[in-house]
Amino acid sequence: MAEVRAEMVANVWRVVVAEGDHVEDGDTLVILESMKMEIPVLAEQSGTVSKLHVAEGDVVQEDDLIAVID
Amino acid sequence: MLDSVLVANRGEIARRVIRTARRLGVRTVAVYSEADAGLPYVREAGESVCIGPASPAQSYLDAEVILAAARRTGAGAIHPGYGFLSESPDFARRVIAEGLTWIGPQPDSIEQMGDKIRARNLMEKAGVPVAPGSHEPAADADAAVAEAERIGYPVMVKAAAGGGGIGMSAAGDAAALRAAFGTARSRAERFFGSPEILIERYLPRARHVEVQILGLADGRVLALGERDCSVQRRHQKVAEETPSPAVGPALRSRMLAAAVRAGEAVGYLNAGTVECLVDSDSGDFVFLEMNTRLQVEHPVTELVTGIDVVEQQFLIASGSGISFDPEAVRPSGHAIELRVYAEDPRRFLPSPGTITGWAEPAGPGIRVDSGYEAGNTVTPFYDPLLAKLCAHGDSRAEAIERAREAVGGFQVGGLKTNLPFHAELLASPEFVSGDYDTGIVSRMRSA
Repeated sequence: MAEVRAEMVANVWRVVVAEGDHVEDGDTLVILESMKMEIPVLAEQSGTVSKLHVAEGDVVQEDDLIAVID
Repeated sequence: MLDSVLVANRGEIARRVIRTARRLGVRTVAVYSEADAGLPYVREAGESVCIGPASPAQSYLDAEVILAAARRTGAGAIHPGYGFLSESPDFARRVIAEGLTWIGPQPDSIEQMGDKIRARNLMEKAGVPVAPGSHEPAADADAAVAEAERIGYPVMVKAAAGGGGIGMSAAGDAAALRAAFGTARSRAERFFGSPEILIERYLPRARHVEVQILGLADGRVLALGERDCSVQRRHQKVAEETPSPAVGPALRSRMLAAAVRAGEAVGYLNAGTVECLVDSDSGDFVFLEMNTRLQVEHPVTELVTGIDVVEQQFLIASGSGISFDPEAVRPSGHAIELRVYAEDPRRFLPSPGTITGWAEPAGPGIRVDSGYEAGNTVTPFYDPLLAKLCAHGDSRAEAIERAREAVGGFQVGGLKTNLPFHAELLASPEFVSGDYDTGIVSRMRSA
């Protein structure tokens, strides 16, 4: 199991995957936006998105949980 | 002179405009979003008005709330700073229709130059060199590929209405171009509200050199020297200097003359910047775009000329003459600006947070234009610029030495900044040699 966390305070601009999706290492899970920059959050291992903790429009704080990949 | 001004901006540039206004005895009004209530510029203005929530669309980009603030405070003029509404011809027209003084160029000039394709075509007609590129927007990826074959790879893909490097990327072949076109198009629509895409020859070994111009109330256009802005990450400037180490007297006089022609071609009024690319190999230059506003890096020009560019903006907008004799301008020494961003110094990712400590360097030749102080929170809603650290010296070597010392003396606690990057830059043999181009940051990061 791998937890994917936010590296910074940001707005969630796009949620690219859904719970239950299979993702490969390096796939984009969500796209954050902070300080006029889009920051893709990538899967760091292959597996299934078992939990998505954010929705588009949410504000995440540094270290907030974004998704869990099993 | 104007009696009062509302500054429709935030952070360091609002503070910088307010400083000159106060010196000139002009009453100042600041506007701020709820997220910016604690910033120094809000306190330093004569009066300040909260114009809405943090989201730029509901505050700094909302023309109507800004105009309402101007009415409420009786402000007679609006200075837009850079970014936000500064290059919106519609906003400029609204300001003028309200009977206020717009401290900037005529709305028609903003409109002509805001469309990069139209601007290129106009400049070509005025005899300003342009890079091989499209004369009309590329309708789709196939059209872009056909255009690129005519122009020759590599090409740069850009939003015609864009700026700030957003939606720009280079492509070396058709496959890369198709991918770049899709990305550029979606960003262009999202950030600039127009899907029009421009394809232009990409010069990999180019320097980004721009000329400061001033269009005077009597119709003359002056060029106040060049700035080299080749130190960039993600096509955004990180450090600038004047004079450009790549520009000798002959090239300088050709570039300045072309910038004056560019300004004259649109009957340009007030401060503007003509951006060019200089081919490091051939020494040729081509027009890139014109920024119809005060430029972020205007302080380096001020340091070597002794001219307050914002003061000239006020004078020109009020229909007066400028404060200096154009024939007597003799730039002196060398100046460097380092943009201090709230971002990690390795990957340049944003680093918002609360500033727990803030100490600015001082000393001979050092100027700091900052937007924050200890206790402020840097929020994710706006760009990451915290401050501009400038160093002026008799020579480039002295400016670099002073900048090094100042970087070491700039203390920001609580969040990551790119100050360590600037220390690296000032120590890098490539930068110190002066022989660098827009690829310098990626080379520093791949070493």
